[in-house]
Amino acid sequence: MMEEGASALGIFLAVLGGAIRVGTPFLFVSLGECLTERSGRINLGLEGSLLMGAMTGYAVSLLSGNPWLGVAAAGGAGLVLGFIHALLCQQPKINDIAVGIAMMIFATGLAFYFGKSFIQPVAPRLPSLDLGAWSTSPVVRAALDINILFLIGVALAPFMAWFFKYTRLGMVVRTVGESAESSRAMGFNVNRVRMLSTMAGGFLASIGGSYLSLYYPGSWNEGLSTGQGLMAVALVIFARWNPVYCLYASLLFGGAAALGPALQSVGITWGYYLFGAAPYVLTLAIMIATSSAQRRLAGMPNELSRIT
Amino acid sequence: MKRRTLLKGFATAGAVTAMGGFSVGRVFADEKVKMGFIYVGPRDDYGYNQSHFEGKSAVAKMNWVKAVDEENVPENIEAVKSMESMINLDGAQVLFPTSFGYFDPHILKTASKYPNVMFLHCGGLWDAKKHPKNVGSYFGYIDEAVYLSGIVAGHTSKTGKLGFIAAMPIPQVLRNINNFTLAARSVNPKITTTVVFTGGWANPVKEAEAANSMVDQGIDVLTCHVDSPKVVMETAEKRGVFSCGYHTNQAVLAPIRFLTGAEWNWSKVYSDYADMIKAKRPIPNLVRGGFKEGLVKSSPYGAVVSEKARKHADDVRAKFVAGNMIIYRGPIKDNKGKEVIAAGKEVGQTDISLESMDWLVEGVVGSTKG
Amino acid sequence: MSAISVSATQDAWGPRLGAFTEACAIPVIALVIAFVLFGVFIAAQGHDPFDVYATIYRGAFGSWFSVQNSLLRAAPIMLTALCTALPARAGFVVIGAEGAVVLGGLAAALTGIALNGAMPLFVITVMLLVGMVVGGVWIGAVGALKHYRGVNETISSLLLNYIAIAILNFLVFGMLKDPATLNKPSTFPIGDDNMIGVIGESSIHWGFVLALILCVSYWFVSRRTPFGFSLDIVGGNVRAAQVCGLPVGRLLVIACFLGGAAAGLAGAIEVAAIHGRANISLNAGYGYAGILVAFLARQNPLAIIPVAFLLGGIRASSGVLQRAHDLPDATVLVLQGLVFVCILASEMFYGRWQWFPAKAAVP
Repeated sequence: MMEEGASALGIFLAVLGGAIRVGTPFLFVSLGECLTERSGRINLGLEGSLLMGAMTGYAVSLLSGNPWLGVAAAGGAGLVLGFIHALLCQQPKINDIAVGIAMMIFATGLAFYFGKSFIQPVAPRLPSLDLGAWSTSPVVRAALDINILFLIGVALAPFMAWFFKYTRLGMVVRTVGESAESSRAMGFNVNRVRMLSTMAGGFLASIGGSYLSLYYPGSWNEGLSTGQGLMAVALVIFARWNPVYCLYASLLFGGAAALGPALQSVGITWGYYLFGAAPYVLTLAIMIATSSAQRRLAGMPNELSRIT
Repeated sequence: MKRRTLLKGFATAGAVTAMGGFSVGRVFADEKVKMGFIYVGPRDDYGYNQSHFEGKSAVAKMNWVKAVDEENVPENIEAVKSMESMINLDGAQVLFPTSFGYFDPHILKTASKYPNVMFLHCGGLWDAKKHPKNVGSYFGYIDEAVYLSGIVAGHTSKTGKLGFIAAMPIPQVLRNINNFTLAARSVNPKITTTVVFTGGWANPVKEAEAANSMVDQGIDVLTCHVDSPKVVMETAEKRGVFSCGYHTNQAVLAPIRFLTGAEWNWSKVYSDYADMIKAKRPIPNLVRGGFKEGLVKSSPYGAVVSEKARKHADDVRAKFVAGNMIIYRGPIKDNKGKEVIAAGKEVGQTDISLESMDWLVEGVVGSTKG
Repeated sequence: MSAISVSATQDAWGPRLGAFTEACAIPVIALVIAFVLFGVFIAAQGHDPFDVYATIYRGAFGSWFSVQNSLLRAAPIMLTALCTALPARAGFVVIGAEGAVVLGGLAAALTGIALNGAMPLFVITVMLLVGMVVGGVWIGAVGALKHYRGVNETISSLLLNYIAIAILNFLVFGMLKDPATLNKPSTFPIGDDNMIGVIGESSIHWGFVLALILCVSYWFVSRRTPFGFSLDIVGGNVRAAQVCGLPVGRLLVIACFLGGAAAGLAGAIEVAAIHGRANISLNAGYGYAGILVAFLARQNPLAIIPVAFLLGGIRASSGVLQRAHDLPDATVLVLQGLVFVCILASEMFYGRWQWFPAKAAVP
């Protein structure tokens, strides 16, 4: 307690570092889901893609000795899962949400089944960038010791926003998400657009999974994900289908998750179960404060209302 | 010959062996001893469940034993059904449901339904007055090995700040935290241990966050009590701090800065039980033991551990083996300043009161309240 | 005259029989395909698929013990499926059954402790009712938040799951802890007298019967009452429902309340029939399993019963699979995934074929 000021700064840095470390998988999954939902489809199975990505990434990194090959393989697994999801969903009378949950179970099962033999070995992990090298404080350096995937994610968010707003393809995706009927009238292939968006979404989610197994916390086991994939789906609604907001939401969520351990490590020991729930309470509170019964959620693709 | 010596070892292991004991029925000379194991998590978690799986694998190697197991069995009706299924379909004579939460009510209820089967539970407190005769409990004083880890940590730490990542404030965990701290403070009374409770047995992201936060605060030795210590060990190595393992040997995860670790030795426990059943000897209802009985062990010292630390730890281990080491020697205060063990009072390892500990010793930064 | 009446009955029977045959045949074919795929998967791993099939059958349905095992596992899932199914009729995707189970169970345990000493039948009844009310209010709040604040029900119900679990942990590790529950903090016990018993000589507890009753009555409510019809209208088109003068908000909140009550009852039964106290074991994933069952049953409360039984059976076979074939427990997850993906995919075939061509109807 003698170093009150230092502790406050320490907590701030720990939360900042945690926001980056913990937030990155949320960022990738939510960007993936954002793209999928913008095309008018929901994929609730990204938790499965995340786990499959984590397992595949770790396994391929171990077998090939190259973690980046692992990341690429994870992305491939996500593409395949996204493909199956999209293929099923574009059939008549099939509900996206149900397919999502079934695919989540299937992919989780596959990841655990094939992952058994990869729990013990230690695979090469992704390197980190020491962006805090200028600082003498180990705390600052730790907070800024980040992975390039995070930077890619940070760049991807505004890029995706730009893509939706200013590119022809982005406008096609949005049009398909707003109204399948008028898209068809304009000559777009609705199913193909959604197929590609879902595959890209699965790709990003699996990359997020490979971040978990290959960087932070950087190991593969069955308890690796504590629902990041499921939660990211909620984050997209929270972020109003805006990729840049997805970035903020992911950082907020990561930081809130880091708050509990950070407080305890400086001796603030009260109510860690409640602090553990802080991210969820915070998200709910913001949702309640910013929603309105009068209008549809701003930014919600119109076609989504047909699914639910 | 080997079996004989094992049995002898086990006889002494019955430090708190209750009277009576239980003989398993339905054993025939030509038949295999059938044992069933149930784990709450995956068999290969680098931690608690794996330690039991290794024990099971050791007995399964013997040609007169048939051992079956199930992983990821939750602590509800599914555990009951797994036990019954092992009894009905595999003819299991003795069951080892290894998670603490299986005991009350699931084991107790199932045991009264199947009086010919022995139910041996890891960690529970069997009570002759309340519980069925065909239930028993075994547990190792792994806190003795944690004490040795604490000594090594105390010698190695430069900042005098140790970190302990724990799942939840239950007696088994608190005892480990206290032992670790008392041992380190026996080396240097200024040492403190900071505790972070993650709130769950397996939460890799929180464990990694806790480890990082602690290193940020200047903590330079980390240990843990969670189901799988893998993440904590690897994070410690990555951040350049020392680590002490738990449950199984984790030296390979932190090749440079791993100090030592506390390990279970279930293969001894399980082969002893198998021997007893084969020889139709009565099985004690309550088995406890530490270094002396061979139920726990320490991981081999890492290269960074100093000669002085090794010597100190080895000396204390010798005292544990000799049976004259007392960790809880009064006066001991908790971290709120209250005296929990009065001056002159000695609480031995086998004292049951230590198994319901709800305080943290002086020097621990943390609280038992959720 | 008589000829006409015969053809009229055939007219009525043909499509009905056709629809029924379709509703049975399509899932069965899907199931067969799923098992073939699973067999290929298993064979690729070097196991004999037919051996594995036989083991699954033995573990799930092959004996009275196995059937009871499957039924017991189905009971809580039937109730949590209702939590998703009823609001879904009004177009609501609620995934919050897990939280309602946890809090319903906690509330039931506290009730049981408070009423300890009273007549057991009375205590059990009140426990179950309190569990239902608490679960109902928890999910009812999701409906209210949606209607009055516009908060998306899927996200709020998901968040409430995590919050409910945190509340349970906070209380069970704190003020509600029974000091005697050393290494697994729990509330005080409700007492052996207040436990729900089993049916006769079986190992199935009466909670299973309650789950059946609830499924049937929710089916009745949603298919045979004005309330159910109104829900369908809201689900079809909220604006149309408002134009018709339906009290949309109240309907939504009631549907959510009823759904949550079913999940709360699941928690209360877990406490009263299995655990005897409330602790973190209440968080066993029944809520998430229920979402899947509800969608597979196409939100039909009656269809939930066989689907939950199927899921219970697959889960029940997990242990035997591990022991007899040395397969990891994730094997049944793969099987579950395949079965459900195939059944869902089969939905596209409804109405594609005429099972009973209406030849007889031609006069």
